[in-house]
Amino acid sequence: MTNRELAAALGLRVICPGAEREIKNVYCGDLLSWVMGRIPSDAAWITVMTNHNVAAVAVLRDAACVVLCDGAEPDAQLLARAESEGIALYASEEDVCRTAVRAVAAAGV
Amino acid sequence: MSEPIRITYEVDGEDFMSAGTASTDMKRVLRQLGLDSEIIRRAAIAMYEGEINMVIHAHGGVAEVAIYEDRIEMNLIDHGPGIPDVELAMSAGYSTAAENIRELGFGAGMGLPNMKKYTDEMTIETEVGKGTTVRMVVRTV
Ligand SMILES: Nc1ncnc2c1ncn2[C@@H]1O[C@H](COP(=O)(O)OP(=O)(O)O)[C@@H](O)[C@H]1O
Ligand SMILES: [Mg+2]
Repeated sequence: MTNRELAAALGLRVICPGAEREIKNVYCGDLLSWVMGRIPSDAAWITVMTNHNVAAVAVLRDAACVVLCDGAEPDAQLLARAESEGIALYASEEDVCRTAVRAVAAAGV
Repeated sequence: MSEPIRITYEVDGEDFMSAGTASTDMKRVLRQLGLDSEIIRRAAIAMYEGEINMVIHAHGGVAEVAIYEDRIEMNLIDHGPGIPDVELAMSAGYSTAAENIRELGFGAGMGLPNMKKYTDEMTIETEVGKGTTVRMVVRTV
């Protein structure tokens, strides 16, 4: 499933549309070094971190999209970097756990 | 043997917001050179962690990248506080990062272990009060 299809399936709010990408994994994490070392490629990355370093990790690790949970809003720099780097950035009103469970089911990964 | 491609990045120690710039740019260059994506991934992770460490622990520094035919060399040079106990600093989960740094998502204590894990060679030269130089090599063949 693509990131756009995931957003539609889960009813995520699209903060930044980004590039269309295939989702091959789902990964949850907030500690950036941890995520940096462990997130698989082409993952939907589910997090509550909202600062712009999220963009650096997403780009460096080829995340297929970033889903900010619990209604968290990106800071201005994250939004700017997501736009310039073509990162798909979505918002979920649900928490990380519920969002991830639904993402795994929807994407079948 | 042809000359390596050299790139130097100034890593700003005051600006968390630009952290990741050097590794993101290096990744772009390695992609343009057509290097294997797994090798690029490893080099980019190591570079990112080194860059972040210079920002959060050492008031910034310089990152030098040299791309040879058979390897990528990354040298991270700072004039920060140095590392008193390298072995301790290398252990997974060890971090001296302050609370405000942790709130940004840093300080998991996984940076140096990740740098070691994702490179073929890593050496740390450090002197308390003088600074730290981390040299990393990722072989490309
Ligand atoms: N360039 C550096 N200058 C001074 N201290 C450093 C440097 N890099 C790492 N350190 C020390 O080593 C510790 C472990 O580093 P690291 O594994 O990257 O974890 P973290 O950055 O999450 O704290 C840091 O908390 C810090 O005390
Ligand atoms: Mg670190």
